[in-house]
Amino acid sequence: MKERLDELVMAMRAVRELKHGDYCNLGLGIPQMCAANLPEGVHVQAENGVIGYGPLVTTDNVEQADPGLIDAGAKFYTPAPGMSFFDMLTSFAMIRSGRLISILGGLQVSETGDLAIHSLSYNDEYPQIGGSMDLAWGAKRVIVTMTHTNKEGKPKLVKSLTYPLTAAKCVNLIITDVAVIEVTDHGLILKEFAPGWSVDEIRSLTEARLSVSDDVKVMEL
Amino acid sequence: MTVKICSAAEAISVVKDNDHVASHMWGLCGTPGHLYRALAATNVKNLTLYIENFLPGPPGTVEWGFPDPTMLLSHLKKIVTPYLGGRAYSRTGMQADFLGDLIKSGKLETEATTHGVFMERLHAGAMGLGGFYSPIGIGTIIATGKETRVIDGKEYIFETPIRPDVGLIKAAKADKLGNLVYHGSARAANPVIAMASKMNIVEVDEIVEPGELDPECIVTPGIYVDYLVKIPEGDIAGAKNLKELVKLAVALVNK
Repeated sequence: MKERLDELVMAMRAVRELKHGDYCNLGLGIPQMCAANLPEGVHVQAENGVIGYGPLVTTDNVEQADPGLIDAGAKFYTPAPGMSFFDMLTSFAMIRSGRLISILGGLQVSETGDLAIHSLSYNDEYPQIGGSMDLAWGAKRVIVTMTHTNKEGKPKLVKSLTYPLTAAKCVNLIITDVAVIEVTDHGLILKEFAPGWSVDEIRSLTEARLSVSDDVKVMEL
Repeated sequence: MTVKICSAAEAISVVKDNDHVASHMWGLCGTPGHLYRALAATNVKNLTLYIENFLPGPPGTVEWGFPDPTMLLSHLKKIVTPYLGGRAYSRTGMQADFLGDLIKSGKLETEATTHGVFMERLHAGAMGLGGFYSPIGIGTIIATGKETRVIDGKEYIFETPIRPDVGLIKAAKADKLGNLVYHGSARAANPVIAMASKMNIVEVDEIVEPGELDPECIVTPGIYVDYLVKIPEGDIAGAKNLKELVKLAVALVNK
């Protein structure tokens, strides 16, 4: 078995998509790992009503934790200069305004950029949608970070979704533990591969049709 | 109506069987846990609960005052929420799937939505709308059974307003006229629920005289507030325990 990128490295590759002045929202899981490595001048928004907050509180500075400063993943953060608070009506108007870059996790992405982010939960009784449908619909750019295959080794880049749809034709870029793939009007295009991986090996783990970019290259981390 | 300043038990007695009740819930932040406990102590039945997230408390936190909405379950007929964290914890630390069991047995109804649609449905309720056409969730499970309409070539789903009978609100500080200020991310959905609800009960850490709050900073004007409850000193959901809970939470989730 070839070595795959770990979650933190995937997050760091996602961070390379952000530049000074960008506003972004980080979903649960791998996307939240981006927070510790953001370039200067990137503002993070949390859907419960804050933008521009500082690093997360750790067990080392827990005395500084403020019960009122909590992010979308219920983690406590530190304040930062220029931070602002707002209600969630404002927050979701912001999320749907096309001003934010949304980094999300994912269960499946289809050939046409359809995204499935939640299953019908562990007992199939109810979904855990949260803000994912709003974020996927309303973002300027949707970047999905997820492993290339699921726990059973099945491809997560599929011809059409088998998990419930979150939003159709919404994904722009997919960063997996073996590849970086762009979603275009002509389908999925392989842009980068993890060190040591070949195009054929990545295709063998991909159910969706996968074209290869003329300038395909090793992932720069 | 003049704002009534009273205990949580007295305020919560306005909640009647079959009422629609709404609250924000985002873990420790902005969740009216003092009012949850007062509501849990009543005998009201068949409530419909509109709640931002339904997140059971992790082991060892409920005893410290975590605002665990599962304490309301025996009073509920239906939960409407964007996020139903169904896996609750029993006192022994074992995970119990009692929400799933309640739903499967038909004792509890649920309705899924998204955070953004939830906000707009409350907003529509506040504005007296009959509903609205929403672009979120086309082709998804939240569209099931709903009217759709094409407007300017785009498909929309018809969403209905939410107009709760009672809003349970958490704010940082109030003056005696019910003007409210919030703290940090604890603002969240509280001002939106306050606008949408026919009547509001507000829990606060501090009540001050009119004039002591900066009018520029008041988020929810007192016209929306009917009952004002100051969380008593030493209450389980009070500031002292909250500090301890934050430490627990940092150790659990901030890692």
